[in-house]
Amino acid sequence: MVMAIVSVENLKMSYGKGRVQALKGVSFDVGEGEIFGLIGPDGAGKTSLFRVLTTLLLADSGTAVVDGMDVVKDYKKIRQHIGYMPGRFSLYQDLTVEENLSFFATVFNTTIEENYHLVEDIYRQIEPFKKRKAGKLSGGMKQKLALSCALIHAPHVLFLDEPTTGVDPVSRKEFWEMLQKLKKNFKLSIVVSTPYMDEAVQCDRIAFIQEGQLLTIDTPENIIRAYTRTLWAVRSDKMHRLLTDLRGITGVNTAFAFGENHHATVDSSVLTIESLREQLVVIGHHNIVIEAVKPTTEDCFMNLQK
Amino acid sequence: MTDEIVIKAEGLTKKFGNFTATDHVTFEVRKGEIFGFLGANGAGKTTAMRMLCGLSQPSDGTATVAGYDVATEYEQVKRHIGYMSQKFSLYDDLTVEENLVLFGGIYSMPRKKVRDKITELLQELGFEAERKTMVKSLPLGWKQKLAFSLAIFHEPSIVFLDEPTGGVDPVTRRQFWELIYRAADNGITVFVTTHYMDEAEYCDRVSIMVDGRIDALGSPAQLKRQFHGNSMYDVFYALARTAKRGD
Repeated sequence: MVMAIVSVENLKMSYGKGRVQALKGVSFDVGEGEIFGLIGPDGAGKTSLFRVLTTLLLADSGTAVVDGMDVVKDYKKIRQHIGYMPGRFSLYQDLTVEENLSFFATVFNTTIEENYHLVEDIYRQIEPFKKRKAGKLSGGMKQKLALSCALIHAPHVLFLDEPTTGVDPVSRKEFWEMLQKLKKNFKLSIVVSTPYMDEAVQCDRIAFIQEGQLLTIDTPENIIRAYTRTLWAVRSDKMHRLLTDLRGITGVNTAFAFGENHHATVDSSVLTIESLREQLVVIGHHNIVIEAVKPTTEDCFMNLQK
Repeated sequence: MTDEIVIKAEGLTKKFGNFTATDHVTFEVRKGEIFGFLGANGAGKTTAMRMLCGLSQPSDGTATVAGYDVATEYEQVKRHIGYMSQKFSLYDDLTVEENLVLFGGIYSMPRKKVRDKITELLQELGFEAERKTMVKSLPLGWKQKLAFSLAIFHEPSIVFLDEPTGGVDPVTRRQFWELIYRAADNGITVFVTTHYMDEAEYCDRVSIMVDGRIDALGSPAQLKRQFHGNSMYDVFYALARTAKRGD
């Protein structure tokens, strides 16, 4: 096992005098040079966790060590060594692109020139607009500027809170390519959260998070391997009705839409592909296709979710 | 779905200075259809949608929504459509019931009808116990479902959904689509934007905007054939990559 660059032990945190429990005892390690993904819906506790790790909030109990330093005791020192990109665009809207980057460099006692190699790939794409006010940038450009600003002081760990939320699939892919390059070229450790389940495969390891708890922590491959249910992709000429019909069939445990197919988890001691097909024919479905499929990370999340 | 046309855009265009955000867009949407309106960030979806909702005047071309001209009869357009975005359309510090009463009032629905519909709706959603609950203390997935129900509470002929499922968990996201299906079955036309390509598969037809134009329009099956893709992601990727303007 590589050295842990982030080490979290039984972290608990609540808001409103304990009324809302945002984190209910979270523990995990992030290895050096690893891309670690926190995957879960809004309200799962991702942002609270990031704020504790970036020394912006105090947890109620538990410990967290980042780059060898305690988030409570060494909070000032930690801030020199981490880069944080919050979920909401938090740059200065009325400063230009260049002024923002230069501001963040100055705050950390460095210059754009000194660390330009780190941001070059990303910043070059927005450099033609460097005299433009940050508030006037498009979503994709804001994202690139925010990432550049989080990198300009050469941090050891990068915390990215939902960098791809609301971003179209093509731009999301490009963003992940940037992260993969940062990891490869600079051995940067990256903790990144996302509500998009399909982004799990971009991470070395992931944790599924829901309602303040981690559901599982592992590599995406292992999580898929650990899925033990029988999963079938089913389609017919009446997709909407098929969903309701599947749910009414004995031996079908769950049925959900999955793109052009429905995914059904079934009890294979009760149902075979042939017997399911026969039952669907009887109730009026045509062009039926049923096949056993490998689960996606989303199937795995849904399986662990209950 | 019927053959009745409820949205008709012809050469619909919006210019901001010398920038053409929406560039001569032409399409029709039928009653009860689930129409997916896709495009990369900055492709011009929001601008087009704002015009269709009567919130922004076209620079050129025409559009009618629910039979009303978006340029001249925009107040009528607003009465006959519902709208929901990912950023909430609910009042956090009102109860579930108060939100519904408020919206009923805004759309001048008779009080008795509002009362009856609330009971019916809460039953359907299984929310009866939450009638007096403050919206802010509802789980996100519930809020989303409630926001959708609110958007169609006044029985509009069309509902516009702007990335309605952003950030919700996978099960809730699917339950949300089942609400969309039900609304469409009841004759409500659904005009929806999304960044989830699996959701594009759930639409009857999909349009894909590139640089302000609609570069592809058809059923998911047609588009996959046309662009030789295995999934809507492939189709989207093939088209969005051709974009000239940065987002």
